[in-house]
Amino acid sequence: MKNDWGRYIVVFFITVALFAVAGGLSNFFSNKKVESIRVAQDKLSTDILSSETQFALLSELSCTQDDGEENLSSELSDLSDKIEYSDKNLKGNADALQLKRYYSLLEIKDYLLTKKINERCGLKRIPVLYFYTTAENCTECTKQGYVLTELRNKYPNMRVYSFDYSLDLSALRALLKIYRIEDTKLPAMVINEHKVTGFQSVEDIEKIEPKILKIEAQKKTTADTTTKTQ
Amino acid sequence: MSIILILFYMLTFLAVFVQVFFLVTYFENRKKIVIRSAPIELAHYPTVTVIVPCYNEEKTVSITVDSLLAMSYPADKLRIIVVDDGSKDGTWEALQQYKDNARVEIYKKQNGGKHTALNFGLEHTTSELVGCLDSDSSVHPEALKRIVTVFDNPKTMAVAPSIVVRDPKTITEYAQRAEYDMAHYNKKMLAFMEGIHVTPGPFSIFRKKVFDQIGPYRKAHQTEDQEIALRMHKHGLAIDHCPDAYVYTKGQQSIPKLYRQRVRWIYGFIKNAQDYRELIFRPKYGAVGMFTIPSGLISVSATLVLLTFMVSRIYSFVSHKAMQLSTVGFGPFTRPNFSFDLFYVDTRAFLFLSIMLYILIVVALLNGRRMIYGRKALSWDIALFFIVYTIVAPFWVLKAIWNAVTRHEASWTDERDYSLKQI
Repeated sequence: MKNDWGRYIVVFFITVALFAVAGGLSNFFSNKKVESIRVAQDKLSTDILSSETQFALLSELSCTQDDGEENLSSELSDLSDKIEYSDKNLKGNADALQLKRYYSLLEIKDYLLTKKINERCGLKRIPVLYFYTTAENCTECTKQGYVLTELRNKYPNMRVYSFDYSLDLSALRALLKIYRIEDTKLPAMVINEHKVTGFQSVEDIEKIEPKILKIEAQKKTTADTTTKTQ
Repeated sequence: MSIILILFYMLTFLAVFVQVFFLVTYFENRKKIVIRSAPIELAHYPTVTVIVPCYNEEKTVSITVDSLLAMSYPADKLRIIVVDDGSKDGTWEALQQYKDNARVEIYKKQNGGKHTALNFGLEHTTSELVGCLDSDSSVHPEALKRIVTVFDNPKTMAVAPSIVVRDPKTITEYAQRAEYDMAHYNKKMLAFMEGIHVTPGPFSIFRKKVFDQIGPYRKAHQTEDQEIALRMHKHGLAIDHCPDAYVYTKGQQSIPKLYRQRVRWIYGFIKNAQDYRELIFRPKYGAVGMFTIPSGLISVSATLVLLTFMVSRIYSFVSHKAMQLSTVGFGPFTRPNFSFDLFYVDTRAFLFLSIMLYILIVVALLNGRRMIYGRKALSWDIALFFIVYTIVAPFWVLKAIWNAVTRHEASWTDERDYSLKQI
């Protein structure tokens, strides 16, 4: 009946070392992910700046320019998915949180540009500000997320900007103040300047902003005409 | 971090600890592992009695007895006692072929369970060594001689063999073959630590004086082979393992049969661990109390935690999909997304720990194979082992725990009756 205590201790330390390796690997890949978000955000930032500059340079003429528009929209959407994933799976990672704040700023910047384009050129894109929370379990927010993803697929001219209400960011606080968004009434949305609170289905949003349907119809007509002309 | 994830990490730590412990033990002792391929001669052949308890084994009992008769061991030193425990099939008729064989004694008794058949045989035993052989198993011709050499150590009171799945045909049998190959390694490592907690029914050999000292087999929740081993540890009697004493056993052919067998084994382990709880974490009982029983209980708990973890993840996935369906209809499901982005691979620590654990298990399995077949061989049955056991094991563990809580005892004869119905 032998108990080799020395072996128990050695094995304990080997196991701790293996756990440390697993932790290290996890950390390494998390940092890689954060880095990939950072690269994507830098690209997005440049793209937004480019759009802004192009718009300022060409003024009214730019109303006919759609270069890179779809690309920017898909970049925003892709980054939004990654930020959401990181939010759930990289909790406690300070860099991931910082990137989320930066992403929110980029969204605000793009939102302002979209508004300017709409003012000058008439309604080209429908901007949707969407406020949700991660501070508590918000089932309605999850459902609203599904609805907005579906609408984004259905109406590519709709541009959704998602903001975490609980994020500590002064520009976001300003936006919340402007639209009087309250944390007790989440999810909340500002659809082309119309504020709505609580869950809204696809049909509800289509009723609130029939212009999205109109833009889509116009777009289809233009596409059909172009095809016939060709 | 959720409670279930914390539990997952704790149990994974212990599971990794167990596998590393085996690996360290292996590297320390691998030169002591002797695998003999050539026949050996002994200076002294002790008298041996092998008891074959059988119940509804008409198809395999003659293979078992014939393999014993074919063993390379002096005829006058080996006695075979076959006890038919009230079989309902043609077992008794199958045994009639040995009625005129001087080396085989056949008995039929009223059904009372395996332990009663073994004790019946023990009552007729006067030899120096005594063993049992389940009637669904057969032995290598050199197995007994090799086991006898382990008894050269006067402190050794029992020797467990190496069990190999015989002629696998079904997916379940192939999965068991891989499992038994790994168990082979685990058993040898436990032997080095003096922590073997089961003297398996297929061909474990004891000094007869063990039973004289600690008494006969007990019902022991239908796992008398676990109970006798724990009782031996309680009395300070050492159990060793002979890696090249091969015993070939019939694997369970189907998942339901495997399920029934494992429910009985795990139920028996839980109940025996409860009965012998005084051994747990008591250094004077050595590795069996400090390592073997706790690691067995950890693996039972780990299976449950893993099941809860998996179910919670599946539930979360399904409920989100259901919510998505009820919110926006079938739209998202009609636009399948085949793009793959490494970004979305979950790279939290549990992924790497799970990979490490699987690697350690594969290493254990390959080491077991090296001990049996002389070489490390990767084969597709390892994948089958992981698939079958990952899917089904949580259910038999759950059922065994449920039975232990509700005191519902599965019976050895029920298992055989079930097998009979399936034929």
